[in-house]
Amino acid sequence: MSARKKLSTLFSRYAVVIIFVIITLAAIPPSGLSVKYILQEIITRLGRNSFLVLALLLPIYAGMGLNFGMTLGAMAGQIGLIFAVNYGIANWQGLVFALLVGLPISVFLGWICGLVMNRAKGREMVTGYILAFFINGIYQFFVMYMLGSVIPMGNKAIVLSRGYGIRNTLNLESVRQSLDNIVMLRVGGFSIPLVTFVVIALLCVFVVWFKRTKLGQDMRAVGQDMAVAEAAGIPVEKTRIVAIIISTVLACAGQIIFLQNMGNLATYNAHDQTGFFAVAAILVGGASVTHASIANVFVGVMLLHAMFVVSPLAGQKLFGSAMIGEYFRQFIGYGVIALSLVLYAWRTRKAAADARLGLRGSQASPAKRSGETAVGNGGQA
Amino acid sequence: MTNGRPLLSIEHVSKDFYGNVVLHDVSFDLHEGEILGLVGENGAGKTTLMRILFGMPVIMETGGFQGSIKIGGAEVHFSSPFDALDAGLGMVHQEFSLIPGFTTTENIVLNRESMRPSILNDVFGDRMSVLLRDKMRERARKAIAKLGVELDPDMLVSEMPVGHKQFTEIAREIDREQTRILILDEPTAVLTESEAEVLLETLRRLASEGIAIIFISHRLQEVLAIANRVVVLRDGHVVKDTVNENISLRDVASWMVGRSLGEGGRHSEARSFAKTVFTVQHLWVDMPGETVRDVSFEVRQGEIFGIGGLAGQGKLGIPNGIMGLFPAGGEVSLDGEAVPLNAPAKALAMGMAFVSEDRRGVGLLLDESLEWNIAFTAIQVHGQYLKKVLFGLFSQRDEKAMEALCQEYVKLLDIKCTSTKQKAKELSGGNQQKVCLAKAFAIKPRLMFVSEPTRGIDVGAKKLVLDTLHHYNRDFGTTIVMVSSELEELRSICDRIAIVDEGRIAGILPPTADISEFGLLMSGATAEEAVNA
Repeated sequence: MSARKKLSTLFSRYAVVIIFVIITLAAIPPSGLSVKYILQEIITRLGRNSFLVLALLLPIYAGMGLNFGMTLGAMAGQIGLIFAVNYGIANWQGLVFALLVGLPISVFLGWICGLVMNRAKGREMVTGYILAFFINGIYQFFVMYMLGSVIPMGNKAIVLSRGYGIRNTLNLESVRQSLDNIVMLRVGGFSIPLVTFVVIALLCVFVVWFKRTKLGQDMRAVGQDMAVAEAAGIPVEKTRIVAIIISTVLACAGQIIFLQNMGNLATYNAHDQTGFFAVAAILVGGASVTHASIANVFVGVMLLHAMFVVSPLAGQKLFGSAMIGEYFRQFIGYGVIALSLVLYAWRTRKAAADARLGLRGSQASPAKRSGETAVGNGGQA
Repeated sequence: MTNGRPLLSIEHVSKDFYGNVVLHDVSFDLHEGEILGLVGENGAGKTTLMRILFGMPVIMETGGFQGSIKIGGAEVHFSSPFDALDAGLGMVHQEFSLIPGFTTTENIVLNRESMRPSILNDVFGDRMSVLLRDKMRERARKAIAKLGVELDPDMLVSEMPVGHKQFTEIAREIDREQTRILILDEPTAVLTESEAEVLLETLRRLASEGIAIIFISHRLQEVLAIANRVVVLRDGHVVKDTVNENISLRDVASWMVGRSLGEGGRHSEARSFAKTVFTVQHLWVDMPGETVRDVSFEVRQGEIFGIGGLAGQGKLGIPNGIMGLFPAGGEVSLDGEAVPLNAPAKALAMGMAFVSEDRRGVGLLLDESLEWNIAFTAIQVHGQYLKKVLFGLFSQRDEKAMEALCQEYVKLLDIKCTSTKQKAKELSGGNQQKVCLAKAFAIKPRLMFVSEPTRGIDVGAKKLVLDTLHHYNRDFGTTIVMVSSELEELRSICDRIAIVDEGRIAGILPPTADISEFGLLMSGATAEEAVNA
């Protein structure tokens, strides 16, 4: 491969990352924020978001693309938190309780999601996206009508004044940053939520270990070629369902970690963009629909959130309106996803076209009997 | 070598698909360490036989089979391919069934990885075991060493040369301890000559270690070079089961393609043509399963030019590529005018017509009337059968003219239908094919491609279709390029016949040439070899 071609391959592989780094760096000076402030924000947001983004890895290994269905897990986590607040279980015990409530729900939802996706092979992303809208309807019904009426809620403060349904915004004061604050390390003026990072590190260790198990190996095989995996006796559909269930469960835990850091819960739309921001982050980190690594997760979270921190102020300074920055957030997030999908499709086509090059007779590898093709065979053979 | 009890016996196996007999009383034995060459044209029943051997579900779903299969003297009944694997059968397919992003090792031990239980096994089952990479690599090394080839156990399949992929597949079967019978379906089809030689050497080596091998190939030289015994299947019968001694390529080729009825059929009278009307230079076509690599030929004015060959060798790719239905490259010209490739509309506008082998998919508008079907190309491409309305502001279909056109062809081709308004999907296969032909004739083509015109239609309709082509060629001088798997059919109406093998034209023969010469060309021989064999 020539140096130039190598460079262009490198660029097309990491186009999203490169564009993002340039935009973010360019936005730092006009924002007027200190580097220290930006770094602290990034540390906080790493703790807040990494777990959610890590939940995306397994479905990518299993060839199911970016799991927009992780929103289902986020909803399960929120239901867990609502119950934790209702029963007044505070601190980290509250988080564990929320996880215990959310776990069976997320396993069940993940199983449903896996079943549906097995019927929509090759279209998992859009299926997950739409399925999240559908389950959102059920979630709304459950939280708005069932809680407080069918399922009694002891804590009247979180119930709407009409007597049933949960309030729009839930104060999570009782569990607020209870994971982050177990051990808050202060180094050189930075606050580092140690336990949160330990939990994230444990998940990374799990992912690495998981890839070395039989199930992990099967997942990679299924992800690359379902037909071959099936022929080798690997239970393809089951493997895919397991990948989605694990992802949904991790998303449930991830949403709990995310919300304990935020300190309040927008009951009816906190999960709306969970999948969207997680997917944007992993793509910004250099992942694609078929390839992702733990490094992509952390690079992505740092870059995306650095952008989120600086863009409102840069917008304020440059255009006189913070809304411009908010607008950029959405615009860039969706733009990144669209760009990644387009690049992925383009690369797939290009690979197919490259494979075709080999078919042309003149360039074909010296296949047998290349000397006597039919050239000039005027019919007198 | 052939003494003692056979390892595998196939006894009186017959199979029909809904009355269509595919295998008829097939019997042969395979002994330990023996290499058996299995030869046959498409449709001879090789694939069905292998499916029965492997207990493919499709066999049971279509009513099972008669006869029995014995391994080591005991009758076996496989309900899935996995049973067959357990019984010691190994299969190497024509297409690679490898995971591209996995290494040689990972593919060789796929789903049979060496592993060690982890603490999570008790809760989540065996699949939580941890893989033992060192042990897996060791096993891969051992299997590769058995083949006697050099393979890097850590190389990704996607980065391998084609030959290595084939060896990886064989190594996978060898790694299975119990494998005693190895079946290879066209293993050399994608290999270069030197790679193929290494493969044959490897197979001899495996046979000397006691593994019995069934070698299926259309390259007869290879079969003769390696096999201890040759079994020839034709139309579901074993026509020859002989020790590979003193038999020539020409013998095997004529057993393979020769028609038992000895019908020479009629041949076209020898005609001479003056002018070359159509030339194809270095055509390649990327049609899945029918790849054309490098094809050049010329067609003369008023000729019927036949293209034959085995399935999957690329003969169907030629018309589909020229007509722009699949990505193609090369130079094609009609009457000295270059034909743009990858542009179906332009190919049609130049006066070429195509009767596709995919009658229901490409050939017909199934839910529309015969009138529509026959006039469709003429309307779309040439703007015929339209009339101006509102002082030329709009064009409208000229239903009357379309009906007249349809009536004409219904009478001419004897299309059996209730009316010209009948929907195309309601006709029988033979009548549908006539509608396709009528559609092509309706644009009065300068050159017409006809692909598999008699596939899936009954005998009477076959004759009518061929007669129609003959008639149009003789009476209207339409130049025809006809692609068909049926050699007899090509020989009965074509002036010259090209045989396609592995994406290239192996040779062009007159229809009067000996049947064995055609067989040899299909078997990877060159034109000169075919004549001299």
